[in-house]
Amino acid sequence: MFHIFCPHCGEYREEEEFHAKGEAHIARPLDPDACRDEEWGEFLYFRTNPRGIHHELWVHAAGCRKFFNITRNTQTYEILEVYKLGEMPSVVAE
Amino acid sequence: MSETNQETLEQPPIKLVMNQLPDANVPFESPLHHVELTKIAEHSGSQGGVVFRELSLGLLTLRCTPNAEQAASIEGILGVALPSNPLTSITSANGELTVMWISPDEWLLQVPQDKAFELESRFFAEVSGHVSLVNVSGGMTVFELSGNDVVKVLKKSTPIDFHDSEFPVGKVVSSIFAKSGATICRTSEQTYQLVVRRSFADYLWLWLQDASKEYGLTVMG
Amino acid sequence: MSQKNRLQDGGRIDRSKPLTFTFNGDSYQGYAGDTLASALIANGIDVIGRSFKYSRPRGFVAAGAEEPNAVVQLGATEATQIPNVRATQQSLYQGLVAASTNGWPSVETDFMGLVGKLGGKMMPPGFYYKTFMFPQSMWPTYESYIRKAAGLGRASKEKDVDRYDKMNQHTDVLIVGAGPAGLMAALSAARGGARVILADEQNEFGGSLLSSKETIDGKPAMDWVAEVVAELNQFDDVMMLPNSQVNGYHDHNFLTIQQHCTDQFADRAPNGAVAQRLHRVRAKWVVLATGAHERPLVFGNNDVPGCMQASAVSTYINRFSVVPGNELVLMTSNDGAYQTAIDWHDAGRHVVAIVDARKNPQGSLIDAARERGISIMVGSGVIEVQGSKRVTGVSVAPLNDVGDKVTGAIAKLKADTVASSGGWSPVIHLSCHTGARPVWDDEAIGFLPGPTVQKQLTAGAINGVFTTHAALSQGLQAGADALAHLGLEATDSSVPTTEDVTQGKAMALFHIPHNKPTSKAPKQFVDYQNDVTAAGIELACREGFESIEHVKRYTAMGFGTDQGKLGNINGMAIAAKALQKSIPETGTTIFRPNYTPVTFGAIAGRDCGELFDPKRFTAMHAWHVARGAKFEDVGQWKRPWYFPKDNETMQQALNRECLATRESVGILDASTLGKIDIQGKDAREFLGRVYTNAWAKLAVGKCRYGLMCGEDGMVFDDGVTSCLGEHHFLMTTTTGGAAHVLEWLELYHQTEWPEMEVYFTSVTDHWSTMTISGPNSRKLLEKLTDYDVSKDHFAYMDWKPMTVAGVPARVFRISFTGELSFEINVQANYGMHVWNALFEAGEEFNLTPYGTETMHILRAEKGFIIAGQDTDGSVHPFDLGMPWAVAMKKPFSFIGKRGMQREDCVRADRKQLVGLKTIDPNVVLPEGAQGVFDPKAPIPMPMVGHVTSSYWSACLGRSIAMGFVKGGHDKIGEKVYYPLADGRVVEAEICQPVFLDPKGERQHV
Ligand SMILES: [Zn+2]
Repeated sequence: MFHIFCPHCGEYREEEEFHAKGEAHIARPLDPDACRDEEWGEFLYFRTNPRGIHHELWVHAAGCRKFFNITRNTQTYEILEVYKLGEMPSVVAE
Repeated sequence: MSETNQETLEQPPIKLVMNQLPDANVPFESPLHHVELTKIAEHSGSQGGVVFRELSLGLLTLRCTPNAEQAASIEGILGVALPSNPLTSITSANGELTVMWISPDEWLLQVPQDKAFELESRFFAEVSGHVSLVNVSGGMTVFELSGNDVVKVLKKSTPIDFHDSEFPVGKVVSSIFAKSGATICRTSEQTYQLVVRRSFADYLWLWLQDASKEYGLTVMG
Repeated sequence: MSQKNRLQDGGRIDRSKPLTFTFNGDSYQGYAGDTLASALIANGIDVIGRSFKYSRPRGFVAAGAEEPNAVVQLGATEATQIPNVRATQQSLYQGLVAASTNGWPSVETDFMGLVGKLGGKMMPPGFYYKTFMFPQSMWPTYESYIRKAAGLGRASKEKDVDRYDKMNQHTDVLIVGAGPAGLMAALSAARGGARVILADEQNEFGGSLLSSKETIDGKPAMDWVAEVVAELNQFDDVMMLPNSQVNGYHDHNFLTIQQHCTDQFADRAPNGAVAQRLHRVRAKWVVLATGAHERPLVFGNNDVPGCMQASAVSTYINRFSVVPGNELVLMTSNDGAYQTAIDWHDAGRHVVAIVDARKNPQGSLIDAARERGISIMVGSGVIEVQGSKRVTGVSVAPLNDVGDKVTGAIAKLKADTVASSGGWSPVIHLSCHTGARPVWDDEAIGFLPGPTVQKQLTAGAINGVFTTHAALSQGLQAGADALAHLGLEATDSSVPTTEDVTQGKAMALFHIPHNKPTSKAPKQFVDYQNDVTAAGIELACREGFESIEHVKRYTAMGFGTDQGKLGNINGMAIAAKALQKSIPETGTTIFRPNYTPVTFGAIAGRDCGELFDPKRFTAMHAWHVARGAKFEDVGQWKRPWYFPKDNETMQQALNRECLATRESVGILDASTLGKIDIQGKDAREFLGRVYTNAWAKLAVGKCRYGLMCGEDGMVFDDGVTSCLGEHHFLMTTTTGGAAHVLEWLELYHQTEWPEMEVYFTSVTDHWSTMTISGPNSRKLLEKLTDYDVSKDHFAYMDWKPMTVAGVPARVFRISFTGELSFEINVQANYGMHVWNALFEAGEEFNLTPYGTETMHILRAEKGFIIAGQDTDGSVHPFDLGMPWAVAMKKPFSFIGKRGMQREDCVRADRKQLVGLKTIDPNVVLPEGAQGVFDPKAPIPMPMVGHVTSSYWSACLGRSIAMGFVKGGHDKIGEKVYYPLADGRVVEAEICQPVFLDPKGERQHV
């Protein structure tokens, strides 16, 4: 059970209020029709799944319904930072 | 007959604004209508640690990221500025209007039932630009909980921290509530409003009765 | 009264409150303040159960959570049965009824005992893996036999009559354990202004002080405890939780506490009261002051009743005023345990000898024992005990310096009790729950909590310091540290004074050698609960298990409800020695939640029965109930499934509902459909991006059906969206998909296209939606509105605002049945009124309510899909035969477009949705049946697709079905076969999935 700081509500809330939406910063290709099958497959299905620092997209589903990003250590489950959409993480893997 | 903007359909309007209130002889049925709270109230003791009441209000969802002009028009209509601090609410001086922060671009407005259409019409007429105001009066209901043991019942139902230092009067949160959801606002020292979805109302009413059992429940009609 | 082991006075029991209780059918007496264990010992009960594997008689070993043997079944009635209760943790109450769980048919004469005694070879380590691998069909037999014999307790056969509850808590500091360290930490944190929760598993706070004769600040330790507790009770922000076991320590300082509210005092909770409460605590800081468990030594026959932890013997004497025997032999490797011999002696019973493995023990406790004339045998060990249901004597032998060899002649002593101490194991279980690896400490001779990312502090014996002074000073420090982390200031507190006790060095000793090799010696038990012996661990190592995790699983050491509280360290030490490694090299297994068994009641709380899951109702629900509807769960919604009349069968009701709708008019409560109000100047463009079809030209007043796909091109939802204004739309979704669709729209708006001016608001619950469908639906609507709803003024796929039965309504002329239909939407507070008005007006048309099943049949007759039934996340619009719903030429590459054009999505032999007509019209295919092209093909036959929808159509007088068939769109007219589980093979013809009115004339009238 994570304790997650919602950057929009400005306070910590329980994990049950949130939905995890997978890896962050997976942008939809601007021109999907120009993508080869392989590129589209990459966008659709391939994720880094690292051991350690991971950037994730979450949504405060039961709260403000806003999406935001989390940097989380997948080994220790520590949440190292939260940041809004459009912002870049300050904690990154070496 | 009620008003509709049927005749304006000839020149397609930007948005549909519709008075949804019926003729006076049509009965209003709240989501807990079938429970007959008034009858229960007659038999419920007055000494319960938890006091329950259903409020039937006009409710509207406002979505907007107000610029200065919009903020001014909105304040002009509401008589109060939109609370921009997260998790805060504001009530007008006459107590008729409450605005609850829901999200950086969303507020819940509470007004008397018969004021919803007027409010919607004025927003449509007076607020320019990108704004959405939706009447959700039928989709939600308001439970008011009070009493000495009210916080214990809330703590059984939601993971929110209700300590005075964390949850002062006026604070509003949206959260999980008894596996469903609710917007919870502390309206006075020992009074909390739960804004819940209509379809969950009966289940939540059962939940609250059960959760209050060890403290005693007083129902107000 | 025959509490033969009870002392005349002393202890924390109330002799003025005698209590009667029952154990294994016999009645006994104890006192308020007793645990079940202390009361049984007072009454001279030696055998509490039989062991798991060898069925040996077992007695009390410990006095707390670490007790491995005294696990009983509680409950005076069937409905109040609780298994897995430790007698050492259960407060005694009037009328308590307990029974042994181990031992069938009885504790005294046990059937399995015979098997166990036949050399004990029947169940060696790895028994499960070796013996029961084959034949698999025998497993259920073996399992039920073993379980019954092993006696793992049983659940009640009746509904639990008690109430359970859960509560969410937040605190600055959660302190686990209210011994000297925990109390001091709580006091310090509370004085500094922090919000504090102090939880302890015992019914009284005090921990080790409850059974101690020490003084603190010059007064008896428990007087000091009483003062601290009184002060803590004064703080508003301090929550004191006795009888509360902190059972799990989870991520981000989330901990669960099982509080025994009434079940420590009564068989059944008094009316309205909650028996147990599970606290779900989010703590800014956690102080683990969980103490330590004494490690008994491992020697031959060390499981015979009468062999106990030294400290447990002291606890029974000092706290409960019970002496568990007459003739004591104390076996120790450290000074601390001497206190037990002193307590025993001071209680007026005879200490036969202290057997100390060390050659030259020195310290104040040793002096105190000598002063009492107690005989001390140094450099020696108890190598085995005699007796079966009770110790009758011990064999003592001299040991070498490191304690791994017998070096001389064996002496036999008479005794009925052997107390042993191999030192203390810090209770690091909670610290392990979050993944921290314990660290070995040579000084403490035990594992200490490992480094953690949790906001966790530790104080007292958990850190391997075992004096009261150290506990108090570390507790004070932990409180101050927590305050500092919280930005609060500690008030100046000082460590209370305690008496000085000088202690000599302890010896790291775990396993007392025997003069025979371990494999030939009498059984030396390591884990009592799982019957794991030293020989078993050595065997596992010889068989090649090198990892301690594997040794654990092979031998079952530390399994089950015990979680290795007493045995793990001894087991690891024995494994390390067998592997010729050090203990830190061998490592340790870690402990998982829960620390002790938690009742299902506490886990379930009030999430059971009517409150198990939220139920969603429409505004007309009470009417449906009154009308005798059968309900179907759709998500959390309770939707009418069908409305049986009189004694109708389900099929009869469906036939009637279908025919009435097609012949006159039927009505469906469609309020559960998801509805999303969409506003903004970019709303139209947004719809074009999330739906597969075109929205640019949909005029105000018009409705359109749309399909929604994921980026992979697969359909996940569908529905009708209506244009309410140039910048205003109402989207409908499937009942089950509403929340997901709304989140989907927000996801794309917030992450991909935030520049678009559009807002989404859920109005699902706001509108009551009732669909009248059938040739007479217009006539019915005309009776309730002045609005012109004629064909020319209100066309198919239009919507109109009007007043229906006095209520402003939005009416949509859309159809899911293929009939003339009107979907009436009114604010839900007036839904019931309009519904009633429709029935009043509809009487002349035989207006017939129908539910989801008739809806499914009527739409299947028209070949309309249901997303989630005819789709499963692997089909795109072309698979569904719906190319008309995809606008490939839209300028923006809508969601799903690229995905549905991938190579795999354009294969000709994809499974495609078709209609299926069974050759025998009376046979209704089962949904889910797999089709094959050649029913004579050898098994496994190549499967070509499954049936998704299948019904009896009363209107057509035959069965109809839809399903997937490989390349089905090009196989119209061909046959497909469905071999069923019952041996039948149903033959069907592939057809277009429109069975009724293929030109769609009926809905256009
Ligand atoms: Zn939020």
